Amino acid sequence: MTGADTAQVVLRLDRITKRFGALTANDAVSLDLHRGEVVALLGENGAGKTTLMNILFGQYTADEGQVMVMGQALPPGNPRAALEAGVGMVHQHFTLADNLTVLENVTLGTEPLWRWRSERAAARTKIARLSADFHLAVDPDARVGSLTVGERQRVEILKALYREARILILDEPTAVLTPQETDDLFATLREAVAKGLSIVFISHKLHEVMDIAHRVVILRHGKVVAEMETANTDRHALAAAMVGSDVSAPRVAPGTPGAPLLQLHAVTTADRGSAPGLKSLNLALRAGQITGLAGVSGNGQAALADVIAGLSIPASGRLDLGGAEMAQWSPRAAVEHGIARIPEDRHKTGTIADFSLTENAILESYHKPPMSRAGWMSWPRAEAETQAIIKGYDIRCPGPDTRIRLLSGGNMQKLILGRVLEANPRIILANQPVRGLDIGAVNYVHEQLLKARDRGAAVLLISEDLDEIMALSDVIHVMSEGRLSPEFARGTMTPAELGVWMAGHGFEAGVAHAS
Amino acid sequence: MRLEPIANPSLARSTLPPVLAIAATVIVASLLAMLAGANPFAVLGLILKGAAGSKFAVLETLNRATPLIFTGLAVAVAFRARLWNIGAEAQLYAGALMTVVLGTGALPWSATALLPTLVLVSMLAGAAVLLVPALLKVRFGVDEVVTTLLFNFIFLLFISLLLEGPLKDPMGMGWPKSERLIAEARLPRIVEGLRLHWGFALALISAALVWVIQRRTTLGYEMRAVGLNREAARFAGIPVNAVLIKTALLSGGLAALAGFSEVAGVKGSLTLDLSPGFGYTGIIVAMLALLNPLGVIAAALFVAGIFVGADSMSRAVGVPTYLADIMLATALLLMVLAILLTRFRVVRE
Repeated sequence: MTGADTAQVVLRLDRITKRFGALTANDAVSLDLHRGEVVALLGENGAGKTTLMNILFGQYTADEGQVMVMGQALPPGNPRAALEAGVGMVHQHFTLADNLTVLENVTLGTEPLWRWRSERAAARTKIARLSADFHLAVDPDARVGSLTVGERQRVEILKALYREARILILDEPTAVLTPQETDDLFATLREAVAKGLSIVFISHKLHEVMDIAHRVVILRHGKVVAEMETANTDRHALAAAMVGSDVSAPRVAPGTPGAPLLQLHAVTTADRGSAPGLKSLNLALRAGQITGLAGVSGNGQAALADVIAGLSIPASGRLDLGGAEMAQWSPRAAVEHGIARIPEDRHKTGTIADFSLTENAILESYHKPPMSRAGWMSWPRAEAETQAIIKGYDIRCPGPDTRIRLLSGGNMQKLILGRVLEANPRIILANQPVRGLDIGAVNYVHEQLLKARDRGAAVLLISEDLDEIMALSDVIHVMSEGRLSPEFARGTMTPAELGVWMAGHGFEAGVAHAS
Repeated sequence: MRLEPIANPSLARSTLPPVLAIAATVIVASLLAMLAGANPFAVLGLILKGAAGSKFAVLETLNRATPLIFTGLAVAVAFRARLWNIGAEAQLYAGALMTVVLGTGALPWSATALLPTLVLVSMLAGAAVLLVPALLKVRFGVDEVVTTLLFNFIFLLFISLLLEGPLKDPMGMGWPKSERLIAEARLPRIVEGLRLHWGFALALISAALVWVIQRRTTLGYEMRAVGLNREAARFAGIPVNAVLIKTALLSGGLAALAGFSEVAGVKGSLTLDLSPGFGYTGIIVAMLALLNPLGVIAAALFVAGIFVGADSMSRAVGVPTYLADIMLATALLLMVLAILLTRFRVVRE
């Protein structure tokens, strides 16, 4: 699109090297970003993308190499210098004050406090102009706490533009958006590059990278392994370059549904802050079937997962397992009834960082034989079990005594899979099972879920990634504000049609709304 | 300046800072000794000699370490599960109270029956004292730091009330002091002729038992899991509240043994100055030991040695014993800093 060779280089990372002890997180990484260009930074988890961006933004100091913005070297380790040089970053987790308005959030930190009032009118005009120029529709007087996730992201981008950013870095910006919101975001980004901004776009989603980026830089093990023009490549080639070998997603044959193993009848839970609870929800998980749950993050998926995992008890309604109502419900009861639970956050909920692999592997089974007898732990037995999981699930680690915090996300997830799948569970709750994993690990997790389905397990797959839901699920529900859509069979809905439901349309009238 | 975590600290990284912390403590103590007009080498030498320079000194240090091992274990057990028990002082007095209530003639039994009973009842009393804040915490989310800390003062005043009233020794010439224990309730000396009572052995056994509980039992596993990540523990099905209650019972019981051992092994009666802050010093001991139950023994000996050594040094050269308090405070602060430096490196902006 842009004549990359002739266009001005606005950002140059020159042979950046960063070591953490024995680990080289970035190994002589070089990257040029031209004016009016979108470069996608692609790589597995742990490939060094985050480290590289932290160096660019002054959070870390590089051991070697330098960062040049508009031909000027940035002083290392100084975030303010990056800001002043025109680099704006939109983090995956927004850095907004919920109790302030959009206007206040955008101007926060740019003006001395005693001149606040007099600058306000000018700020308002500037924000209005930026909103119009970049299709960033958002009410400057709305409180950020009342905005949707998509709107908050627009505020973040406005914030960067307001500070005259010429270079935008977007870290996994589409992870929290509906397909429609993603389209809106891409429209904004296209407008931005047309006006001469330059964008670094970090993503795992190959089709988005193909859609928005002009060039793709692929990192693996801290090194740049490939740099391609999107015009001359395809998703398959990108995926192959990312993991270093030709990978194919597992082939998904339709499942053969059996009897319902878990049923929710009119289950309602209380709202939790801004997150809606479940609104009289009915759901049946059938044996031999993957039920996909699509939806924008924060629409009650967590509440549903908590009920099934035993973490919360419905305020009203019934939970039946194999046809029998569950009276006593707790995490341990859920495990005892054969529910394998893969939690959304493997770092905070799924594992204990300073525990060894062995100690993590027995978290759900330590209290009964063979892991313990009459209150005494059988550590040799636990270690043998862990060795078996390490072998069976191909976990790369120095050994069962390793603290799990030293493992990559993929290996951590494999340990959780091993922990919950070894008992041949009848029901599997997989909440965002592949978030943040590299493609190799993603395929591995999906294969395991399909294998479990084929031997008759009922699987509930919760994901914000519509592609993942559509690829794996035999039936799909959409969740919005704690309500559940009807069941859609595989292949009956297009992404756009599901997107309409994700945006909250189509739900029957008369169902109570979260206020 | 910022802190950056170190993925794999080297051997030097993990051993050097604590050694430097001790060295810096010695230097601070020397400077203070010079300020007091004494020769720092003489002062340090006298502290060392007073703590370990003779049979008498060693036994005195072991005696002084005994209650600190108990309170150190109490704190280490609780802190390991992130239950912030600052109330070991009150639990200590609860143990001491039960010892004088039952040990001054109420139970006219032989020593073999009476002593185990006193151990058990003391532990139950200490456990009960910590049970209340623990229940308030798990039921209503009341911060146990506040409740356990403030309860120390309430309990000490309660003891004072008893010593001025029902427990007052009629033969005590008006002093607020309980009657003396009967002979069967006294802890005998380990070796006849040496001033070291069985409380010390009980402390060592307790430390070993706590270690076994933490490493070898499901309860210990649960305590460590709850302490490291309560959310993950709850998700995995560990009954977090029950574990916290059990931790409180164990911790309170251990602290109470300090009171039992001081009354039955050393003092023979209960007075308001039974503990010169053993409950609080237990926090220092536990932190210096990095919450390791076997480390508690070493830390308690170190702390007791400084106290005993400083007493003897003070008598010899007239430098105030406050030097011991300053040395311990410095050692604790520097040790916390040193532990931080074994895991993080300082990066200049």
